[in-house]
Amino acid sequence: MSSDNIQKSWFSRLKEGLSASSNKVVSGITGIFTEKQLDEETLEQLEDLLISSDLGVNVANRLIKTLSEHKFDKQVSDREVRETFAKDIELILEPVAKPILIEQSLKPHVILVCGVNGSGKTTTIGKLAQQWKAEGKSVCLAAGDTFRAAAIEQLKVWGERTQTPVIIQPQGTDPAAVAYDAVKKSIDDNHDVLIIDTAGRLQNRAELMDELAKIVRVIQKTLPEAPHNCLLVLDGTVGQNAHSQVATFKEMVNVTGLIVTKLDGSARGGIIVALAEKFALPVHAVGVGEAIEDLRAFDPKIFAQSLMGLD
Amino acid sequence: MFDALSDRLGNVFDRLKGKGSLSESDVNAAMREVRIALLEADVAVEVVKSFIDGVRERAVGQEVTKSVTPGQQVIKIVNDNLIGMLGKEAAWIELNAVPPVPILMIGLQGSGKTTTAAKIASRLTRRDKKKVMMASLDVTRPAAREQLRVLGEQIDVSTLPMAEGETAVSIAKRAMAASRLQGYDVVILDTAGRVTIDQGLMDEIKQISEITNPAEKILVADALTGQDAVTTAKNFHQNVGVTGIVLTRMDGDSRGGAALSMRSVTGVPIKAVGTGEKLENLEDFHPERVAGRILGMGDVVSLVEKAAETIEVKEAEKIALKMQKGQFDFNDMLTQLQQVSKMGGLGGVLAMLPGVGKLQKQMASAGVDDKSIARQVAIIQSMTAQERKSPKLLNASRKRRVASGSGTTAQEINRLLKQQMEMARMMKKVGKMGGLKGLGSLFGGGDPIQPDLGQGSNLRIPEGLINQPGQNFPGLPGLPKFPTKR
Repeated sequence: MSSDNIQKSWFSRLKEGLSASSNKVVSGITGIFTEKQLDEETLEQLEDLLISSDLGVNVANRLIKTLSEHKFDKQVSDREVRETFAKDIELILEPVAKPILIEQSLKPHVILVCGVNGSGKTTTIGKLAQQWKAEGKSVCLAAGDTFRAAAIEQLKVWGERTQTPVIIQPQGTDPAAVAYDAVKKSIDDNHDVLIIDTAGRLQNRAELMDELAKIVRVIQKTLPEAPHNCLLVLDGTVGQNAHSQVATFKEMVNVTGLIVTKLDGSARGGIIVALAEKFALPVHAVGVGEAIEDLRAFDPKIFAQSLMGLD
Repeated sequence: MFDALSDRLGNVFDRLKGKGSLSESDVNAAMREVRIALLEADVAVEVVKSFIDGVRERAVGQEVTKSVTPGQQVIKIVNDNLIGMLGKEAAWIELNAVPPVPILMIGLQGSGKTTTAAKIASRLTRRDKKKVMMASLDVTRPAAREQLRVLGEQIDVSTLPMAEGETAVSIAKRAMAASRLQGYDVVILDTAGRVTIDQGLMDEIKQISEITNPAEKILVADALTGQDAVTTAKNFHQNVGVTGIVLTRMDGDSRGGAALSMRSVTGVPIKAVGTGEKLENLEDFHPERVAGRILGMGDVVSLVEKAAETIEVKEAEKIALKMQKGQFDFNDMLTQLQQVSKMGGLGGVLAMLPGVGKLQKQMASAGVDDKSIARQVAIIQSMTAQERKSPKLLNASRKRRVASGSGTTAQEINRLLKQQMEMARMMKKVGKMGGLKGLGSLFGGGDPIQPDLGQGSNLRIPEGLINQPGQNFPGLPGLPKFPTKR
């Protein structure tokens, strides 16, 4: 597939996903405007529409303010408004769109994956493994979710699918021990990448966050520079609680980047914009479907345009 | 991060003190703040709109009783309406059908369906004395069926044996037949997670629903969900006809606006909430608590319950005994500091308290955080047993030793000593007064008297709303006061 094609299918995939929902924004904006004057009431309606895509009150306020500064009391069309928003959003997102770069010299490049329960960590790991395998890298997985029933089995299935070794220990084992073994083994076996799964945890559970910090400390006993990436997997349907998730995980285990999943649903993922502005953490990839190739690099322009329903 | 609604309204109403009734412009100003509070709590935009309209109608022209401020009056109306909208009575699974009664679990991927299925099964078995079977219809997610099987073993509930290559529909049929033959009361059908716009999978649930004719179709939804909650709820409701909602991850620190959104677009009751990873962590839905949480007024009731759960009875009794004697030494302080960490650290405790916005900022600027608690623990642990018992022993040279032992400074030890003295003094006071009344004053860090909100009010305004938040930490029992002046 040429890169152009990939771009296109990414776009169509995300658009497909977002269309059901961004149609609401788009038809909303279109409904407000048929060439009309930008007044207070219109601005308020626009603000509601932005907030309904999880952009949050602050970002929505700011976008509206920028718009009104330039266009207040002027005749504007709905397309103009959508384009203005898309451009502003793209500007916010541009600095954070960075894929994960596997450092070949590290062997292993250690990636720790964390997040709240049900955000899609294990599935994301499976997809990442597959993609790096396809690039000819040797990948190793570590089943660090020793808590949830059948989490280990779930990762094992991904190991089989991607023909990747999975380091496991029985359920209930200290996950730090699994991580420790996995690091040793990856060094011995000369793997390029080691991806460590962790149990889902809510960020306000101090003892579970401590457990996560311990995993990092134990990894660092063998590799002081690791983990080289610490990914926080966010559910695309999440609301304003994402702020608290990012802040806490960042504080506890120094999150280096985000992956946002489930953007093929009706959620629009506007929270990405708010998070980009507040934390400036890289958005490494977004999940737009169940297929392995549906974990895509994050493209700010496409995302912003899809969010605003522009082609 | 969020300023509590009370803080916001406080600002709006400061200039209105002493007015007789709420005018339209007063209410409009307040409603702007209420709107933002609700939106920040992830209540869906459309729901916020209709909610605000309802409140506005009720609020305009209301007499402001002398005992409360206009802000409190508005909060009461908002709170009452929220509780009304969330549904007043607790509802639980309805089993009025010929056994085996099918219950269908549906929801988005990762919302917690499988865990919730097991939690419901456990409650039906243990509390309601039903014979329950669970069957996983999830043939998509790797090991999903294995997960339900393991959970079944943990709670001693049987699961339908797995067979290779079956479709969800055929498993559903098999589950119904097997549970009928084996005399089960209830059969819980756990479906695969799906994204709402996946019509193929939605059709599959419809088909399963038609075949099995479930008594309950439970939508499992994540309390962390944002604006999408309405879309999800509407979609499932239109396609399958939801009969009840279970909200998961209510033990998180989200404000839980999804509860209001989903309840108001479907009109079906919230039947339970998931409050932890353990299989017994399923609780009844308490509208008044969630209302307080959505408004950022804190979930004081849950905090007290959590404290009750976490703080060991024996420890508490020991402290109570000491309190009666008016003693409070460093051993007691250590116990209490450790309890705070057990309850999820200061952050965990604070998240449930009213007026958190300002308080957190203040605490941050006063340098009070979980690290400072850890330091205080270190200080106490660097003391000898005798020093812990009689803090008066701590002279300059002992203080130096403790400081170097704990990696802190003499100033920090002095500060801790002062706190200990203050707490001992309070303990003495409580011990003299005795009983709950005294405890109340400790708990509120001040006046325990609730304002009169008029007849028939069931609103309990958390202390933090009434006291200007800030002078003190609004007193968990035994939580050290943090210094406001250095």
